[in-house]
Amino acid sequence: MVGSMLRVLTLIIGLVVTSTASALNVFVCQPEWDSLLQELAGDKVESTVATTAFQDPHRLQARPSLIAAVRQADLIVCTGADMEIGWLPLLLRRAGNAKVQDGNPGNFVAANYVRRVEIPVTIDRAQGDVHPQGNPHIHLNPRNIERVADALAERLINIDPSNSAEYQSRLDDFQRRWSDATEDWEERAIPLEGMRLAAHHRSFSYLAEWLDLDIVATLEPKPGIPASAAQLATILEQLTPNPPAGVIRTPYENEKPSHWLSARIDIAEIVLPFTIGGTPGSVDLFSLYDETIRMLEEHNR
Amino acid sequence: MLLILGMPVSSVFAQDLASEVAELRSLLTQVQTDYDARISDLENRLATAERQSRRAQRDAEEAVELAEQTAIDQSSGSSSPNTFNPAIGAVLVGGYADVDRSWDQVPGFQPAGEIGTGEDGFSIGEAEINLKANVDAKYYGNLTVGIGDEDGSVEVGLEEAWLQTTDLPMGLSVFGGRLFSAAGYLNGFHFHADDFADRPLPYQAFFGGRYSVDGIQARWVAPTSLLVEVGGEINWGGGFPATSNAHNSPGAWTLFTNLGGDIGNSHSWQFGVSWIRADAIDRAAEEDPEAFTGNSDLAVVDFVWKWAPDRNPIRQHFKLQGEYFSRSETGLYAGLPYDGDQDGWYLQGVWQFAPMWRVGLRHDVVDADNGPLLAGTGLADPGRSSSRDSLMIDWSPSEFSRLRMQYTNDKVLPQSDNQLYLQYIMSIGAHGAHQF
Repeated sequence: MVGSMLRVLTLIIGLVVTSTASALNVFVCQPEWDSLLQELAGDKVESTVATTAFQDPHRLQARPSLIAAVRQADLIVCTGADMEIGWLPLLLRRAGNAKVQDGNPGNFVAANYVRRVEIPVTIDRAQGDVHPQGNPHIHLNPRNIERVADALAERLINIDPSNSAEYQSRLDDFQRRWSDATEDWEERAIPLEGMRLAAHHRSFSYLAEWLDLDIVATLEPKPGIPASAAQLATILEQLTPNPPAGVIRTPYENEKPSHWLSARIDIAEIVLPFTIGGTPGSVDLFSLYDETIRMLEEHNR
Repeated sequence: MLLILGMPVSSVFAQDLASEVAELRSLLTQVQTDYDARISDLENRLATAERQSRRAQRDAEEAVELAEQTAIDQSSGSSSPNTFNPAIGAVLVGGYADVDRSWDQVPGFQPAGEIGTGEDGFSIGEAEINLKANVDAKYYGNLTVGIGDEDGSVEVGLEEAWLQTTDLPMGLSVFGGRLFSAAGYLNGFHFHADDFADRPLPYQAFFGGRYSVDGIQARWVAPTSLLVEVGGEINWGGGFPATSNAHNSPGAWTLFTNLGGDIGNSHSWQFGVSWIRADAIDRAAEEDPEAFTGNSDLAVVDFVWKWAPDRNPIRQHFKLQGEYFSRSETGLYAGLPYDGDQDGWYLQGVWQFAPMWRVGLRHDVVDADNGPLLAGTGLADPGRSSSRDSLMIDWSPSEFSRLRMQYTNDKVLPQSDNQLYLQYIMSIGAHGAHQF
């Protein structure tokens, strides 16, 4: 009796151990990092992605399924810069997983490896949901992807040294393709230089900086706080004499302010994919950038 | 003759000329294509050079900014004694109540904690100050102090003071100190995070608002894709329904389990069962000086279901939650043999129908069956259940502020009462994370 129970127990333990040993288990906060992870690690990892392109990565409910996913993770890959401050700390507290706590190798924060823009000079909630560490939507500048890729590959090698050769060669291959693609995008985007756009939220600051787009107005003057009617009227008044080419937003942002503006001054509403899955064609980082530039080209005049 | 001779000569000459012209033309075309190729090559090179120079310039600008930022980060970060300050937050709660028939004890239940309708009129409620941070690589610490005003004198209460391990293996974590018990769904939340202006009746009647543990909690999360969490608590403190028992032996034990997961792309759920065993010695309250000595067994079943289209709760979401409490107490009350059974439940739905706006509906009820022996004492069988129906609407212009209006039809006392609550909840300081 005891013997058979022991056999069952060892079988169960064996199953658990083999299922976790076969691939690195990664909890990823945003789809863009999952795409990068697939490039750098392929089938060496199994990932769970916490958000989709249709969710605001700032505001997420700390669902039980996410606690269970963090519990099993060998590595978490998140943006940082306070993007996940409303939900990730809670998942980490509840999951009881020492490997992925702050400061451990299993905790990878992408924003730590790039230069962030829009770091506020004064930090005051009267200014809205400000991010003391700067704008966290870092993934729409290819330079940032390049830097994060280096750091992430290094981290994968650190955590899973047995596959280091594979991670290194995948990184080299990715960086080659990425730098070629970046050159193509930059060439294609030369006519976009100075393109005037309004934006719903400061979600595209890095894209604008990279392509020299001119974001002439933000429909959410204070981040995270919907504009008042008076603020919208001021923006309208300011834009009417010289309307921008369009108003851009992410798939998850409230459509009402951009609807309103586009109807008033007859400009295009452009829902950029923002991240993987935001449009049917944005299936990885490369197609995300392709689609984004294509959609801007379509509306450039 | 000349003419005859001249013909072939001139034709030969013309032939030579034609071939020369052709040669010249081809030479010219060659020069032209050569030139075109060279020009376009030059243009390409110029474009590349321009691109490279633009990139180089951008790199240089970036490098300068990076260097500056690094210098700023280093110079501003190294010498400040505030660098290791914990996350500090405070919550201000207050409001106005229009209550005609107030109560501070649910009929058939021994009173505990500060429960009931509160006072008619304006009150500043309780301000809460919270500090939290990693202690070191092994522990995380949390302190919450509540400051209130009781008839003109300031009262400071220790709401939470606990440590949590952060480096135990295999999904284990251990808490120690004063903490909110994991029994029941709502018990783990601070009052200011509630969806209604007051706690549901079962929480007021069975827990005195909240069950706190002075002791140890251990919990384990299973390595499964469905959330499976089990844990236990030992309570040495005197948190109702237990008593401190002179700290010789624990006053109460808890066992709890939570399951949870997702259904499809828009639904998630959590289900919990918990059990509290309390040994009470001379348990009494100011409002009811008669004492109870004996055993108290309480079972709580809770569930919460949340809906948010595409898991995006910003535009709209819905939350349905309910809990059922069942308690059996045996022992001596006011010197009389006492064997009582009490139960209660609540069901509430809260719908965020537009950004910033939510409405909620709640029904809560408790019922005590204390037997005929206790007639005339504080636990006299009320012979009826106590219930309420509440409707609330609240507005949250940001994550940090909320204004709420609540209407309650209160049938806790034999005569029903229509009550109105206006409430403000403001958070300042560190950004807290929100529990599911």
